[in-house]
Amino acid sequence: MSLDLLVAILMTVAGAATPLLIAGLGELVVEKSGVLNLGVEGMMLIGAVTGFAVATSTGLPVLGALAAMGAAALAAAIFAVLVLTLMANQVATGLALTIFGTGVSALIGAPFVGITTPTLGPIFPEALTASPLLRLVFGHSPLVYFGLFLTFAVWWFLNRARAGLILRAVGESDTAAHAIGYPVLKVRYLAVLFGGAMAGLAGSYYSLVLTPMWAERLTAGRGWIAIALVVFASWKPGRMLAGAYLFGLVMTMELQAKAAGFNMFAPEVLAALPYVATIAVLAIISAAKRGGANAPACLGKSFRATA
Amino acid sequence: MVVKARAPRLELKGISKRFPGVVANDHVSFGVPAGAIHALLGENGAGKSTLVKIIYGVQQADEGEIVFDGERVQIASPREARALGIGMVFQHFSLFEAMTVLENIALGMDEPPPRRELEMRVREVLDTYGLSLDPYRHVHTLSVGERQRIEIVRALLQQPKLLIMDEPTSVLTPQEVEQLFTTLRRLASEGCSILYISHKLHEIKALCQSATIMRGGKVVATCDPGEESARSMAEMMIGGSLKDLSDKSNCTYGDDRFVVASLSAPGEPPFGTSLKEVSFAVRSGEIFGIAGVAGNGQNELLAVVSGENQRGVSGSIRLDGAELSRLSVGARRRAGLASSPEERNGHAAVPAMSLADNAILSARSRMGLASGGVIRAKAARDYAAKVIDAFSVKATGPGAAAGSLSGGNLQKFVMGREIMQNPAVLVVSQPTWGVDAGAASFIRQAMIDLAAKGAAVVVVSQDLDELLELCDRLAVINEGRLSEPMDVKGISIERVGLLMGGIHGSGEGAEPEEARAPATGRVKQPEPAL
Repeated sequence: MSLDLLVAILMTVAGAATPLLIAGLGELVVEKSGVLNLGVEGMMLIGAVTGFAVATSTGLPVLGALAAMGAAALAAAIFAVLVLTLMANQVATGLALTIFGTGVSALIGAPFVGITTPTLGPIFPEALTASPLLRLVFGHSPLVYFGLFLTFAVWWFLNRARAGLILRAVGESDTAAHAIGYPVLKVRYLAVLFGGAMAGLAGSYYSLVLTPMWAERLTAGRGWIAIALVVFASWKPGRMLAGAYLFGLVMTMELQAKAAGFNMFAPEVLAALPYVATIAVLAIISAAKRGGANAPACLGKSFRATA
Repeated sequence: MVVKARAPRLELKGISKRFPGVVANDHVSFGVPAGAIHALLGENGAGKSTLVKIIYGVQQADEGEIVFDGERVQIASPREARALGIGMVFQHFSLFEAMTVLENIALGMDEPPPRRELEMRVREVLDTYGLSLDPYRHVHTLSVGERQRIEIVRALLQQPKLLIMDEPTSVLTPQEVEQLFTTLRRLASEGCSILYISHKLHEIKALCQSATIMRGGKVVATCDPGEESARSMAEMMIGGSLKDLSDKSNCTYGDDRFVVASLSAPGEPPFGTSLKEVSFAVRSGEIFGIAGVAGNGQNELLAVVSGENQRGVSGSIRLDGAELSRLSVGARRRAGLASSPEERNGHAAVPAMSLADNAILSARSRMGLASGGVIRAKAARDYAAKVIDAFSVKATGPGAAAGSLSGGNLQKFVMGREIMQNPAVLVVSQPTWGVDAGAASFIRQAMIDLAAKGAAVVVVSQDLDELLELCDRLAVINEGRLSEPMDVKGISIERVGLLMGGIHGSGEGAEPEEARAPATGRVKQPEPAL
């Protein structure tokens, strides 16, 4: 295998992994605060279509990415009001958010089908990406670097910052946190909004970086993989990075196998590979029992301030 | 610490707090002098917890004022309370299981110093008060006594002028209680006032200089615990006279009815305790107690004995010689083994279902409340009504939802539902936990009566006083191991306390086997199953 091909494959892996990583880290923070938001897929679609729409109309993909974060955070805010203030069931509301996001994105995106957009391409000057190895370092979209930075930032926040300690405390025991005097709902609101913004950014990666176009259900279930990755990572940012790149690799293998004319199985079987891997990983982790040990104790429970 | 002359540290004037349908505090007034240990006494529901929540700023009073160090104050949040110098140790610890001691302490402070400095200050406080605690241990690995120490250290770091302790000893071993008292006396001698909430009267006599007694949200008496007897304070608490339990001295024991041998079971992940070779035998007519600090395998033992948990269980459970350990929950009930778990709301009873329906759940086969798969609604209602009547449960009738009953009344119903089936063996956990004194003594009497009829009764409880009053023999459970049984007559409390403490707190690895070798009293080793 030539170096060029290898670098191309590795870059595809990073490309496939980055949205999973960003959305997954967002959801990780949300879950650490004790909220289960299953609407990641919906928020990603809203982000994807908003990013695309803003980028094509303004010609500024950066503005598109920012708008994607804002729009998805808005969707997350609806979710937050429902589950935090009105104490709706988190699982049902999260599923509803995904359905809502799928529909709304299709509606907004209808006029944009079939046109292309300026992309959020590599940020470093071309001179730096002349050789394959340099390309591997400098040739990515800014979001790839952001994903790596975000991994560290989330780790630092959760383990070193006082605000992160409080966030974990709220997810661990909402009643105890409340008794000490921490604003449980406020912390959860902020976490959910952050998770929404990250899901939106991850969604915009599909429409602004990977494929500079819009199609319905563009994210193709990747939001679910991001949620599964949170469990896979046992709520640890470092493992989230490893998990996202592992899944990126699985997805790339699928593409490469197709490109190489590997036709022992139907292409549908290969396309199902990442999803089968998701199920397998979750089953293995559940069977290992200890996977649950790191789960925030209040995950998915509504909190009502009684005292 | 400068102590203002004469002005009490804390003074409450006419504090009132109403919740929908209930007045939790009705014009409560009393004062706590500087450096005093003042008891706040009362039954569950007397309004003590609401009152201290108001003092600590968790809730706001509807009426009345709080005077602290001579100044009228508004305490809008726990943060403001801490700023004033009020610290609180909660009954249900506000701790985070998956975090370390140090993280927990940092969470309890408003402006914690950097980690290293905090660790230094924590070690300083631990040294000063002679407390032992490892700042880097995760909370879920700690004993209850150690957990309480975290809360105490957390409060002490803020150098409080008033420390509120809400039922601090309910889950401690006698030795841990003694250590806590030493710490509290020392704090008081340094000028810190302590508001001590409890219903354990002999502790209040030992520790407190003054006491305020509450009943039904009102202050009913103020007294000097040293001058009163435990009985007279209890009568002030319940507002009536206490009934003595019937004498058990002339009861006779039959043969072994209920024999558990070498029972082992894995604990539920992530933090469950596994049972290790638990053996005991209970004779007909006997009440057998299992003492221990919460979380040492009591719930696991109950789940295995009742049949709720059968995964990975080894060993034998025999009732009158018949092996039960392979049978389902229902089959065990039919064989005469009744049981009632610790958590009444949601485990022993379904809160949203009526009392009649709840009666069907555990009494259907023995009382014929459902035959051939069809519920006999009338029989169920009649049985529930009988239980309500016999156990004087305060409820609107068999149709009342279980969740609408107060804790004590639901417990009476649950106990009545089991006892009136006339089981051969009754296994209960925490039968009087959170139940007022009147109902508690009723429930205890019912268990004594059941045993007098020839049943074998097993009582799992964290309340050592209750076991000493009720049981003929008791054993101590620690980390899933059960000690040798001891006769309650002439029992050494110190020994029981040591067994309850087990290997917690001291060095790791000290096998409790050795600690329990010189068992006191007559010890009956249950025969292993043949």
